[in-house]
Amino acid sequence: MKFVGDRHLRKEDPRLLTGRGRYVGDIALPGMLHAVLLRSPHAHARIVRLDAARARAHPGVVDVVSFTDLGSAGRAMPMVPPHAELRGHNFNPLAGDRVRFVGEPVAAVVATSRYAAEDARDLLEVEYEVLPSAQTLAPGAPAVHDDIADNVAGRVTLTRGDTAAALRAAPRVISVRLRIGRGGGQPIETRGLVADWNAALDQLTVWASSQVPHQIRQFIVDLLDLAPHQVRVIAPDVGGGFGAKLIVYPEDVLIPFLARRLGRPVRWIEDRLEHMLAATQEREQEHEVTVGFDDAGRLLALRDRFVHDTGAYTPRGLVVPLLTASMLTGPYRIPAVESSFESRYTHRVPVTPYRGAGQPQAVFVIERVLDLVARETGRDRAQVRLANLVRAEDMPWDTGLPNYRGSGHVVLDSGDLPSVLRRALESARYGARAADAAAARAQGRLVGVGLACYVELTGVGPFESARVRVDAAGRIIVFSGVTTQGQGLETTLAQVAADELGVTPGDVTVITGDTAGVEHGIGSFASRAAVAGGSAVALAARDVRAKACLLAARALGVAEAELEQTGAAFVERRRPERRMTFAELARLAGAATAALGVEPGLESTRFFQPTDMAYSSGAHVALVELDPLSAGVRILGYWISHDSGRLINPLIVEGQLQGAVALGIGSALLEEITYDESGQLLAGSYMDYLLPTATDVPTMVIDHLETLSPLNPLGLKGVGESGALPVPAVLASAIEDAVGPEGGRVTRMPLGPARLLDLLPAALR
Amino acid sequence: MTPPPGSATHDVTVIVNGTERRARVIPRLLLADLLREEWGLTGTHLGCEHGACGACTVQVDGEPTRSCLVFAVQVDGSRVDTVEGLAGSGPGLHPLQEAFRARHALQCGFCTPGILMTLAAYLERHPAPSETEIRQALSGNLCRCTGYQHIVQAALDAAAAARGTTAPA
Repeated sequence: MKFVGDRHLRKEDPRLLTGRGRYVGDIALPGMLHAVLLRSPHAHARIVRLDAARARAHPGVVDVVSFTDLGSAGRAMPMVPPHAELRGHNFNPLAGDRVRFVGEPVAAVVATSRYAAEDARDLLEVEYEVLPSAQTLAPGAPAVHDDIADNVAGRVTLTRGDTAAALRAAPRVISVRLRIGRGGGQPIETRGLVADWNAALDQLTVWASSQVPHQIRQFIVDLLDLAPHQVRVIAPDVGGGFGAKLIVYPEDVLIPFLARRLGRPVRWIEDRLEHMLAATQEREQEHEVTVGFDDAGRLLALRDRFVHDTGAYTPRGLVVPLLTASMLTGPYRIPAVESSFESRYTHRVPVTPYRGAGQPQAVFVIERVLDLVARETGRDRAQVRLANLVRAEDMPWDTGLPNYRGSGHVVLDSGDLPSVLRRALESARYGARAADAAAARAQGRLVGVGLACYVELTGVGPFESARVRVDAAGRIIVFSGVTTQGQGLETTLAQVAADELGVTPGDVTVITGDTAGVEHGIGSFASRAAVAGGSAVALAARDVRAKACLLAARALGVAEAELEQTGAAFVERRRPERRMTFAELARLAGAATAALGVEPGLESTRFFQPTDMAYSSGAHVALVELDPLSAGVRILGYWISHDSGRLINPLIVEGQLQGAVALGIGSALLEEITYDESGQLLAGSYMDYLLPTATDVPTMVIDHLETLSPLNPLGLKGVGESGALPVPAVLASAIEDAVGPEGGRVTRMPLGPARLLDLLPAALR
Repeated sequence: MTPPPGSATHDVTVIVNGTERRARVIPRLLLADLLREEWGLTGTHLGCEHGACGACTVQVDGEPTRSCLVFAVQVDGSRVDTVEGLAGSGPGLHPLQEAFRARHALQCGFCTPGILMTLAAYLERHPAPSETEIRQALSGNLCRCTGYQHIVQAALDAAAAARGTTAPA
């Protein structure tokens, strides 16, 4: 392979660097109107009365819409994926008679400018009957949905072996309670939509800042009673996603509804406060873990029971807690496991996957357990991990726990986990660092080393699509069902296609995120875009090259073996003046007769349907110092060893890892969404919800292993989320080391300064 | 922004990327909205609209400025430079943009224009910055994609190139 593996510079960069990107907020259509939303100020209330008369009379206002105006478009939105244990409820495009979290959309105001629309929103009069709300995961909270008195959205137990017996038999048993708080993806571009109804064509065009344009199209088709060919959804340049743009939101149906109702284009751009209030979040769980082990630090049994906060609705069903529960054992061999959860409704923003999707919690739990076992047995933390890691010769390794899709067990397909950890330790000079840290502590400084291992589930199905087409001008266009929010897929998919077609990435144009490009597509989440999308591109490009070669042979009247490819042409070996270019072949294919023996068109649409998930793996090591005065954590060094199979573009993979670690640092030390007892958001701006800045994130040293996955044509594994998974665990490990045996134990994330202060040795508090 | 009937308006004249432009604006119109909505300069992005993320940073008379916190009327008579003008009128890239491309210092690209306008002004005044100084200069701009490492490296590269030297790898 010539271009796969190359640190190819990105094709998208010249556009994005010069301000010529086209994000949804940049799209302005003639006659376009601007929508703003009125959102619930209460966590739980009945809507008694909504009076829009004053708002409607405001200059510039064109329409005001509430639930009763939606008709059949106001139905509850579908849930994906279904699960037998799910007692699910999803949003309506606007709230009906009840609101269930602060920020739930209640009404839309449409005006000739956003300024006028926001002014008019202040003139809407809504009378609410405020009801008590569920702001705790404890039983007995007020019901969020009338038909679910106990607020349980689902209850699942996953088992391997007889955990109760194994715990009884284990030489040593210990329990710990762990908590993880809420955070969010927080892309710097908020969500947004432009919708345009073309009455002449009876067609709707929607630009959405989304990770799943095909799914948005399906929801619009369902709720607005349109046929798929009438709706085109485009995700243009998207300014980050991280899961915050993964689900189909109420606005994704509402704004298209408004465009059709008014016969004019409508733009809605979420503001940051709305994003903090209403974009989905994740991570909040309370775990009770019991582990059985022996004096050598080998894990013999693990029981984890946790409660998961799912918020007010379940647009993604039980995916997040299922991922936590099923990925609990991670990279370790544990003979007996019981992993169970209750997912409970609260009157808060719905919880759906964000970068990591339930797995950072699983990594935090199991890595805290390993540190605990190391401490209890007096063994080195790295040695305890090496004693329990799945070995290279164990692959493929069946963890024995059902995977979150219910399609079989979590089976680690490939990898060399002990090598990954050893290389991370070598890269960090772990032994010397640990000794240096101990020496620094002896002098009164709070310096510590931490480590954590992980595996990440990537490349999920059900499928991804690609259409590769050579047009009559010889242009090579790749249409993919994935979307790109910064992952550089215009470049990596071009690298894959270029190798298969025998051309260069510069010859290939990649179009993602457009339902007009491929009829069926899934989107970008679960670290799947390169794995599933790249595999589909490889298959389709292979087809196109084979067809081009066949056509050239027929056209030149020679056997295919007589031809060789040079650039964009197929040439007769012995008579190089006889040649057919891609453009000529595309013209020939465009007028293919029966005699030619091929179907028309030099193109192929292919689907890649992975038979199972591909698991990437890694180990991180961190060196930190705590400042007892400010309770701040300084990360002095950070080392990553990572195996995500074959690297299409190492430069892009490194960027993904660095960005994910930065996000992990935020979720470990800085970012937390909190609410007061009435469900009011306490962190609604970037002044009080702190994203990591350039001074918070260290320089990282990255080492790659490439153990190919057997599950796809190129041996790929995903990487987008991987870097985020172990960061809370590795920082917990390092901080605990830094505060020493006199300090506290890290049992919750995130750790803000107040909690860090509590961990300091008594003498320093 | 079509002013509502009867509302007060002001005429503003601004040198935008070297070209004089005029507009009649309502008093509360934000500079970001003037640039994006009236003049179609959509390279300046709005990320938080409360002055915290830095995505909307432009240069007003050479000073990095959050265009979401400034009214259009405040820049009457000023020079405003945006990402669209950074490379000048030619087809190429500014050396800082070149360094960003070479180092993979952007992913989604949404924060990038604000970061370029911040760093370009900083490097003009601090031609030989340390890594720590660049991180501090950058700390008012949020990037959720990159983890900043490649941005810092790109800025060091661009500074070194401007001095005619090479930054350490």
